[in-house]
Amino acid sequence: MSSPNPNSIEVRNLVSYYGSRQILHNVSLDVAKGEIMVIMGGSGSGKTTLLNHLLGLLKPASGSVRVLGHDIAKLSPVALQRLRTRTGVAFQSGALFSSMSIGDNIALPLREHTRLDETTIGIMTRLKLEVVSLAGFEHLKPAELSGGMIKRAALARAIVMDPELLFCDEPSAGLDPVVASSIDDLILRLRDAMGMSIVVVTHDLDSTFKIADRICVLDKGHVLALDSVEAIRASTDPRIQNLLNRRTEDADPDADSYLRRLVGDPAHTSAGTSRP
Amino acid sequence: MTGLLDRIGRRAMAGLSEFGFGATLLGECLYWLGMGAKRRQPVRLAPIVAQAMEIGIGALPIVTVLSATIGVMLAIQGIYTLRLFGAESRVSLGVAMSVVREFGPLITGILVAGRSGSALAARLGTMRINQEVDALTVMGISPVRFLVVPPLLAMAVMLPALTLWSDLVGLFAAGLYIAPQLGSSMGAYIDEMSDLVRLNDVWHGLGKSAIFSVMITVVGVVNGASVTGGAEGVGRMTTRSVVHAISAIVITDMIFVFMVTR
Repeated sequence: MSSPNPNSIEVRNLVSYYGSRQILHNVSLDVAKGEIMVIMGGSGSGKTTLLNHLLGLLKPASGSVRVLGHDIAKLSPVALQRLRTRTGVAFQSGALFSSMSIGDNIALPLREHTRLDETTIGIMTRLKLEVVSLAGFEHLKPAELSGGMIKRAALARAIVMDPELLFCDEPSAGLDPVVASSIDDLILRLRDAMGMSIVVVTHDLDSTFKIADRICVLDKGHVLALDSVEAIRASTDPRIQNLLNRRTEDADPDADSYLRRLVGDPAHTSAGTSRP
Repeated sequence: MTGLLDRIGRRAMAGLSEFGFGATLLGECLYWLGMGAKRRQPVRLAPIVAQAMEIGIGALPIVTVLSATIGVMLAIQGIYTLRLFGAESRVSLGVAMSVVREFGPLITGILVAGRSGSALAARLGTMRINQEVDALTVMGISPVRFLVVPPLLAMAVMLPALTLWSDLVGLFAAGLYIAPQLGSSMGAYIDEMSDLVRLNDVWHGLGKSAIFSVMITVVGVVNGASVTGGAEGVGRMTTRSVVHAISAIVITDMIFVFMVTR
């Protein structure tokens, strides 16, 4: 099944549009096997769009996305479905099925993709719940869990098929520092114990520096930097430094264009390059 | 003027693309029904049964009440109208035809569209904005197979079944008014009915309700899947799905009758 290609993800010159607005400009990045890659960027940097491309939820306007050795735009539906059983995704909001209990949520991929009997599925479900420290919560509905527990349950569901590649969208957003840090530890443990390649999309600096092997900094749809943690920290690029030091961007010095935007001059209102 | 034309054109395109989406969806449902097992994504019985309980059994009380009401109403109107010709005794024929061919399927379709079509749209819309549909997709589970086929099948079975029930209740309730008014007995009324109601008329009604069932599901799913803009969007699309489904039912009914009856 696995290809000889050592990279889990290869993105080449990816271009993406939302309507007529260009969101991603020639994005290229690789994620090596067993690596934790953090995709970082402010709001509107295009990181969510990039993630949706990696998940195959969006079709690239040009460029290619290879996941586990397969160009996902060219895969047949059957092959894509098979590929998706080898990857796991933890969504930002958890995206747990609200009509099912936590246990059923986590067991769903097993029930749909394997022919294991219910006893085995139950054991594997509880095993993953142990991993994310949620043992004993399998009978609760998602609405009965706290934000941090939902994120951990979503992680458990993402790893229940023992994927080779795991995607986490904002795993620590909106959580208190202690819970956020426990999720970071969990991600590190998953990589160390199971050898997963992990792609984390986040704007949380603390967790980025804690878990990342390499960091990809996105800014307005461009890859601003793609390097190790130390190199990113040492970077002299003012925009990276702004992001790292939580400084605001320099204000627009052009008074005329500011005025034109305020009065709603059509030449300026429709031509924004970043997402609102 | 160009602005108006532009708007009309855009609306027409949007409507047309929704039709296309609905047709594609229906095709995809049939595909999963036929091919699901081969692709190791079988359509499972348990969710279909659960949906059938919700759509069918859950609607029984209200269908019963409204069908009985309509039956009595038709009986009153029928006797009043036919009295003008001195032909009250023929009221059973009118009631039999109208309930079985028209009112049974129509009232059941409208009720189920309001109860279950809207619920389907709201559920899918909420799942969409919570990224649950995306979650299914990236798990390698087809959302159409998992979320759309079960209600489609459940609806296709339960709506005709409910319609049949509605026919029986409507005719029986009409008899409760007609028999004393015409000075005959309930037994005689039932005997008369079993002669008057032809299988052909029953099939006419059930055939329509089968078409309605597909339309209610597809309209609900199309609207649910098109939700954008959070909770307000879910509410808007839910309302829209009810209005569209009921309009579709009434219009289709007319077209069906036009094609079949003349």
